[in-house]
Amino acid sequence: MATEVQNHGHDDHHDHEHHETFITKYIFTTDHKMIAKQFLLTGMFWAIIGGAMSSIFRLQLGFPDADLGWLQPLLGKWIDASGKLDPEFYLALVTMHGTIMVFFVLTAGLSGTFSNFLIPLQIGARDMASGFMNMLSYWFFFLSGVVMFISLFLETGPASGGWVVYPPLSALPQAMPGSGLGMSMWLIAMVFFIVSSLLGGINYVTTIINLRTKGMSMSKMPLTIWAFFLTAIIGILSFPVLFAAALLLVFDRSFGTSFYLSEIYIGGEALPNVGGSPILYQHLFWFLGHPEVYIVLLPALGITSEIIATNSRKPIFGYKAMIISMMGITVLSFVVWAHHMFVSGLNPFLGSIFMFLTLIIAIPSAVKVFNYLTTLWRGNIVFTPAMLFSIGLVSVFISGGITGIALGNSAIDIQLHDTYFVVAHFHLVMGSASFFGMVAGVYHWFPKMFGRMMDSKLGYIHFWFTFVGVYLVFFPMHYIGIAGFPRRYYSFTNFDAFSGFTDLNAFISVAAIVTLFAQFIFIFNFFHSMFRGRKAPANPWKSNTLEWTTPRNPGHGNWPGEIPAVYRWPYDYSKPGAEDDFIPQTVPFSQTMESNLPHENDMIALETEIDELVVDETGEFLGENDH
Amino acid sequence: MFGFYLLLAVFLILAILLLIFRISRLVNVVKGSYDKRTTASNNVNGMLMMAFLIVGFGLMIWYSVAYFDLYDPPVATIHGELTDKLFWRTMYITGIVFIITHILLFYFGWKYRYKADQKALFYPDNHKLELLWTGVPAIVLTWLVISGWMAWSDIMSDASDDAEQIEVFGHQFAWVIRYGGMDNDLGDYDYRLIDGINNLGQDFTDRAGFDDFQYRDLVVPKGQEVVLKIRARDVLHSVFIPHFRVKMDAVPGMPTQFKFTATKTTAEMKEETGDPDFEYELACTEICGGGHFSMRKVVKVLEPAEYAKWKAEQKSWLSKNPDYMSSVPEDLKELAVVTAGINE
Repeated sequence: MATEVQNHGHDDHHDHEHHETFITKYIFTTDHKMIAKQFLLTGMFWAIIGGAMSSIFRLQLGFPDADLGWLQPLLGKWIDASGKLDPEFYLALVTMHGTIMVFFVLTAGLSGTFSNFLIPLQIGARDMASGFMNMLSYWFFFLSGVVMFISLFLETGPASGGWVVYPPLSALPQAMPGSGLGMSMWLIAMVFFIVSSLLGGINYVTTIINLRTKGMSMSKMPLTIWAFFLTAIIGILSFPVLFAAALLLVFDRSFGTSFYLSEIYIGGEALPNVGGSPILYQHLFWFLGHPEVYIVLLPALGITSEIIATNSRKPIFGYKAMIISMMGITVLSFVVWAHHMFVSGLNPFLGSIFMFLTLIIAIPSAVKVFNYLTTLWRGNIVFTPAMLFSIGLVSVFISGGITGIALGNSAIDIQLHDTYFVVAHFHLVMGSASFFGMVAGVYHWFPKMFGRMMDSKLGYIHFWFTFVGVYLVFFPMHYIGIAGFPRRYYSFTNFDAFSGFTDLNAFISVAAIVTLFAQFIFIFNFFHSMFRGRKAPANPWKSNTLEWTTPRNPGHGNWPGEIPAVYRWPYDYSKPGAEDDFIPQTVPFSQTMESNLPHENDMIALETEIDELVVDETGEFLGENDH
Repeated sequence: MFGFYLLLAVFLILAILLLIFRISRLVNVVKGSYDKRTTASNNVNGMLMMAFLIVGFGLMIWYSVAYFDLYDPPVATIHGELTDKLFWRTMYITGIVFIITHILLFYFGWKYRYKADQKALFYPDNHKLELLWTGVPAIVLTWLVISGWMAWSDIMSDASDDAEQIEVFGHQFAWVIRYGGMDNDLGDYDYRLIDGINNLGQDFTDRAGFDDFQYRDLVVPKGQEVVLKIRARDVLHSVFIPHFRVKMDAVPGMPTQFKFTATKTTAEMKEETGDPDFEYELACTEICGGGHFSMRKVVKVLEPAEYAKWKAEQKSWLSKNPDYMSSVPEDLKELAVVTAGINE
C-alpha cells in the first residue's frame, strides 16, 4: 500500500488515478483526507439531528402549554391527541441529544475530521500509518450511527435514561419503555463506536510517532498535532473502560448477572439480584465520561491555538507551556472522574480526594487561557471567520470553565448537582467550546479540503448569530440552576419551588431555536462554497504549517514530489528582521540570516544533517533523496 | 392555507437573501476585496467585539442585581448557610477573573485589529509571566479547596446519636417517609418482604420497627439534627430539598444518608417570603423514568414542641395494619402490642 501511495506521487501519478473508481475514491477510501470529509459530513448530519432534538424539547420547556400537534407528522404517537409531547419521549430526546452530540458530533465529527485531515498533512506524511484501519474506523462509526438511527424509530422509543444510562434504570425494561430494545441498540451502537474510536486513535498515535517528515521533531510540531496526539492517547486509555461498563450492563440486562443490580423490587416482584452496585457502573462510566470531556475539548483547543497564532500574526505565547498544560490535562483527566458522583452515595472521603484533584485541573486550563490572551496582545489581528470562532471559543471556555470551580467543590456541588447550573456549565465549556473549535477548523481548513474558499461575510453573520446565541441560551441557565431547577424535568409545574422563570425559559427556547436556524447559514455556505466558492490560493491565511505546501487539491499521497523537510517551529510570525510576517516551517535558517535569533544561527550547521537524512534506505517510503 | 402562505413567505425570504448574497459577492469581486488582506469587515468585527463586551456585561449585571431574590432561594439549614457562603465567595472570585479576562479578550480583539502599517510583536514566551499565572491560581484554588473540604467533611460526618431518624424511600414515582417512632430507631427491612401494603418491606422480627410510623409529609423539627436514611426500591432517585441545600442519591441495595439541622419553620418561611402558601418541597434529581418530574413531597418544619406533640399523635404502622402481627415472632408479640399501641 505504502509503495503504491509513494509511487503515484511520481511518474505513474496519472496512471494511478485511472485505477480509482467512485467506490475506492469516495466510499471505501483509504485516503485520510477523504476519510476526514466522511467524518465531517456524517458529523454535520448528526449535529442537525441532535440540534433539532434540542429544539423540540426546548419547545416543551419554554412553552409547556403550547399545542405541539403540528409536530405530529414528524413525531407520530409521541405527540398525544391533545398536542402534548410524551414525557417518556421527552427523556428519549434529552438522552439522544446528549449521546449524539457528545459521541457522534464532538468526538467523531471533531477528532475524526481534524485528526484525520491534519495529522498527515501537518507532520508531512503520505497518509496514516494504516489507511485500511482508518477506513475501518469510519465504517464502524457509520455502522454505529446506523444502529443508533434505527433505534429512534422503535415502537418503545430509543434509550431514554439520560446519556449516562445509569442502571438500574437502563438495565430494567420494566422501569421505562426506552430501556427495552432502544437501550440494547444504544449499547450495540456504542460498542461499534468504541471500536471505531480505538482504530482511529491507535492510527493517530502511530502516525504521529513514526511518520513525521525530516526535521519534524516533536518540539517542532504544531499544537494541533500535540492536541490530537494527547486526545488519541486519552481515548485509547479510557474507551476500553466504557466498553467494559457497557459489556457488564449487557450481561445484567440479558444474562441475569448482578454487576449493577441489587435488592430491587419493581413491577410487583422482587428481583433475585443481590450484591451488585449501581455505583460501580458510575465509576466505570465516568472513568471514560470525564476524559471524554477532554477528548472533545483538546482538539478544539489545538485547532484554536493554531488559528489564533496565524491570525494574530504572532507566535503562540508559551508554546512549551501549552504542551505541558495539555499533558497536565491529559494526566489529570484520568483522576477526577468521581466529581460527577459527589452525592451518589460515594464515600465522602473519596469525595474530598476528588475535589482536590479536580480543582488542580483548573490550573493548566487557566494557563491556556492566559496564553491565548497574551497571544492576542499586540498582535495584528485578521478576523477571519475561523479567528472569530477561535476567540469565541476562548470566551465560552472561560465562561464555562470558571463555574467548574464552583461545581468541583463538593460542598457547593451538593446544591448544584444535577441542576441547570451544571447544564449551563458543560454546554459552555465542553459543548460550545468544542463546537466552536470544530466550526473554526472547518472555516480555516476548508480551502485545503475542497480547494475553494468559504464566503467570509456569511461566516461573520454565522459567527455573531451563534456566539450571541449560545450566550443567550446558556448564560440564563446559570440563574435557573442557582434557583435549584433540576435537569431532565419534563415540566416544572408540579413544584412551587420551580414554578418561576417561565419567561426566562421561554426566552432560552426562542434563542436556542434561532441559533439552530443560524447554523443553516453555515450549511449553505459549506455546500455552496464546495462547488461555487472562489478558488483558494495556495496559502490563503499566510500560514507556516506544512499543509499549505501541498497543491491546491492534493491527491492521495499529499505531495506530488518529495515531502518537504522541516527546519523550524511553526510559529515564526512577525519575526523581527524578516521581510514578510510569516516564515513557513520549510524555510531553513540559512535562508533567513536577517531574522535568526542567536541560538537559531547555531542550528544552521544541523540543517545539512536534516537534508542528508534518509528515512527509509530503500527509498520507497519517505527517504527520497535520490530525486 | 395558512401553512402554504407561510411556506411561500419563507421561500421568498430565502430567495431574496440568496440574491443579496450573490450581488454582494459580485460587488466584492468588482471592488477587488478578495485580493486585499482584510476588508472593512475587519474593523466592524473589532467593534462588534467591544459592543458585545459592553452590552453583555450590562445585561449580566442588570439581571444579576435586579433579580437576585428570584434566583437565590432562601436557605433554611445550618450547613446550607455555609455552602451558600462558599458558593457566593467562589462566584465573586471567579466572577472577577471572568470579567478581567473578557475585558482583555475583547479589548485586545478591537485594539490590535489588523492595520497595514502595524507589525505584531514577536513575543514567544516569558517564564516569569507563566510562573505567575500558574502560581496565583494555584494559591487561590488551594484556599477555595480547603474551605470547601472543611465544610464537606463536616456535612458528611456521622450524625449524632440523638438525631431524629427519618427514612426517605424513593420509588417510581413517589416518596415514602417513615419515622423511627418513640424509640427514634428505624426497624429493619428486607426488599423481599415488600408487598402491596408493606410498601417498605419492614421486617417485624426486629422490635425497633414496631413503633415506626409513616406520614404523608416529611416533618422535621427546627433546630434539631435530623438524619435522613435514604433508600430506593427500583431505580436510582435523588433526594433534593432545595431550601435545605440537601441532596443525596437513593440507591437500590445501598442505603445512603444526609444529616441537617433546619433553622426556619414553615411558618417563619411563609413570613420571610411573604407567601402564605409557601411549603418546603422535596424533589427527585436523578432521572428515574417518565414520572421523574412529579416526585413531589411536602416538607414541614415545626417548632420542637409542636413536632413532639405531632409525633406523639401518630399511630404506628403496625397498629394500622394489624394483619402483620402474624410476622412478629411469638416471643415479641406482647412487646409489639404495647409498643405499636395496638389496643389503644
